Amino acid sequence: MAVRTEPFVLNMGPVHPSTHGVFRMRVTLDGEVVVDIEPVFGYLHRGIEKLAEQRTYAGIIPLTDRLDYISSMNNNFAYCLAVEKLAGIKVPERAEYIRVIISELQRIAALLIAVGAFLNDCGAFFTPFLYMFRERERIVDLFEMVSGQRLTYNYLRAGGVSQDLPEEFLPALRKFMDMMPRFMDEYDRLLQQNEILIARAKGVGILPAEQAINCSISGPVLRASGVKWDIRKDDPYSIYDRFDFDVPTQPAGDCYDRYRQRVEEMRQSLRIIEQAMKQIPSGPVRAEVPHLIHPPVGEAYGRIECPKGELGFYLVSDNSIAPYRCHIRPPSLINLTALRDMVRGWKVADLIIIFGSIDITVGEIDR
Amino acid sequence: MTVALSGKEVAGKIEEKFPGSVVESGPDNLVVKVDSLLDIARFLKEADGLEFNYLNFVTAVDYYDHFAVAYRLSSLKHNHSLTVKARCYDRENPALPSVTGLWQGADFQEREIYDLFGIRFEGHPNLKRIFLWEGFEGHPLRKDFI
Amino acid sequence: MEMKPAGQYIYSDIELDREEGQVIADLKAKSLEPIPDPDQWLEEELQQNILLTTVDALINWGRRSSLWPAICFPACCAFELIAANGPRFDLSRFGMEIMRASPRQADLMITAGTLTWKMAPNVRRIYHQMAEPKWVIAMGACAISGGIFASAEYAVVPGYNRIIPVDVYVPGCPPRPEALIYGIQMLQKKIARRKNIDMRKMLER
Ligand code: SF4
Repeated sequence: MAVRTEPFVLNMGPVHPSTHGVFRMRVTLDGEVVVDIEPVFGYLHRGIEKLAEQRTYAGIIPLTDRLDYISSMNNNFAYCLAVEKLAGIKVPERAEYIRVIISELQRIAALLIAVGAFLNDCGAFFTPFLYMFRERERIVDLFEMVSGQRLTYNYLRAGGVSQDLPEEFLPALRKFMDMMPRFMDEYDRLLQQNEILIARAKGVGILPAEQAINCSISGPVLRASGVKWDIRKDDPYSIYDRFDFDVPTQPAGDCYDRYRQRVEEMRQSLRIIEQAMKQIPSGPVRAEVPHLIHPPVGEAYGRIECPKGELGFYLVSDNSIAPYRCHIRPPSLINLTALRDMVRGWKVADLIIIFGSIDITVGEIDR
Repeated sequence: MTVALSGKEVAGKIEEKFPGSVVESGPDNLVVKVDSLLDIARFLKEADGLEFNYLNFVTAVDYYDHFAVAYRLSSLKHNHSLTVKARCYDRENPALPSVTGLWQGADFQEREIYDLFGIRFEGHPNLKRIFLWEGFEGHPLRKDFI
Repeated sequence: MEMKPAGQYIYSDIELDREEGQVIADLKAKSLEPIPDPDQWLEEELQQNILLTTVDALINWGRRSSLWPAICFPACCAFELIAANGPRFDLSRFGMEIMRASPRQADLMITAGTLTWKMAPNVRRIYHQMAEPKWVIAMGACAISGGIFASAEYAVVPGYNRIIPVDVYVPGCPPRPEALIYGIQMLQKKIARRKNIDMRKMLER
């Protein structure tokens, strides 16, 4: 017979090594079993949506960098798509290719961190994280080449990118592309059949497909539950319809599947970059866009598949130089909706893993 | 490719079922009456051929004389999307029915709107401030917030 | 135990939230002015030309050579801090590779990221939990003045020095890891000049 205890409330966070930033949960425990959690947000609410209403369209791009700060380029991308939709701007061919390459590289970098942090939460303290950081540094180097920054790139513009790729970028990218599959194989060898990882993550925190859809989950978490939904394939933006890549899915929707899903997606990203590198044409990288954009009155929703899910910008214009309203659809926040149902009945240690497998960034949750 | 359903067409279907509930319809969105919002939402979710099973986002816009709350819905099955809006004219005590019962994904987003715009969602199970602390005065995303 | 439907928590106490809100509001009302650097006296005392004792030198050497940072990772700058910890920049060269999750084992706080009023009481508590002697490095524009978010006054604290004394400021958005390492070295220099034993007081006694 199981021994039952009075409910015990445990406060976790906002400063806790495994909450990926300043996230807080109020966990109700029965012995060691989680019976309920209530997430508490807002420890990083910086008013980005409010600030966006006071800035010009171009001036918002640096703010978007700081949303999900480990995938800045993707945030730029989503925002620029929304502005282009709103103002009817056409992007030159070369810029589209640059965007795709950059965005996929960023996806790899962000997924590396996601996987590293997940393994960190599984108890492999910091070692895998340092491995992943080694590779991330190489991608950051490439980004530094094109934008001069290491974290907040501010590289994309409405109508293209801010400057052309430097000469040495493509050779350096080539080198990276030759190296990366080797690293991926190395990880697979280390982790795929790892006893401890399987014991801790297989069958833990299952998210059924039905519920995932109802909770508006997106990205790798949704696909790990077996739903084949990828905006790059199902609602192709930019030039994603020209590339040949698969949308991997996993059957079970547990933590291990979410980990596998991320690794598979990195491989697909590599495939896309490979093709884009071959096809990239020469030409201008930025459309003739006035410094101050006056889009016509209306609204637009631009969305991309970012490493965490569907990142969208909903812009309302009143024909002035600043958006009337700029709403951000944060995948991290919405993906947490199902967390409560996923962790119920598991132990505290599993809570950490399940939470880690969702992969959030607090900057985007609180905005 | 996600097809943006024409608001006019969907409005016709809704009018058939709930006469007089659509205020306005445009090429890609439609505005519905607040009192019939929940019924229409259920209809959109369950009706054959529509089946909007995925709620992309909920947000609000402050137009001084009213708040427009926008629901972007899409269907993963048919791959189409639609923006449904409802208008709230009361500035002191704006209220809307909550759609958390239909799409659980609206949970945190409705709390967010409550926090930043002050719009109450009736029927939301845990409506309290999400980003700012209890006792904070005002709602920052309103246009008249100082 | 029964699971309540979506959003209805078994334990969701509005009273606690109110209390938290009260603490935040109090702190916000109290911290209108920046707190000055605690070690401003350093220069002036040195001018009075009291040579550092050998004991002082020894203590300071011990303290500065293994600074252990407490984790305080609110926002984007944290990733540059982790990168500085990572394989390429390798902070362990300076004896500080261990990030301490418990503030009681740490003597340095690298405040990497934007501070919001909701977070402020927590950061202050972490600071007070750290054992003396302790130092603070404000990393990034946000930590110095609120940075790019300074104009969202309703939520963002304009700099950590409103709530805790800061020793070294490292500018940048985010600062590069090299800049952070430089800031740490400056802090080490500062510690080296610190006077632990007050000769005058001892003589008076
Ligand atoms: S200084 Fe810049 S990078 Fe650092 S936390 Fe602030 S916005 Fe982020």
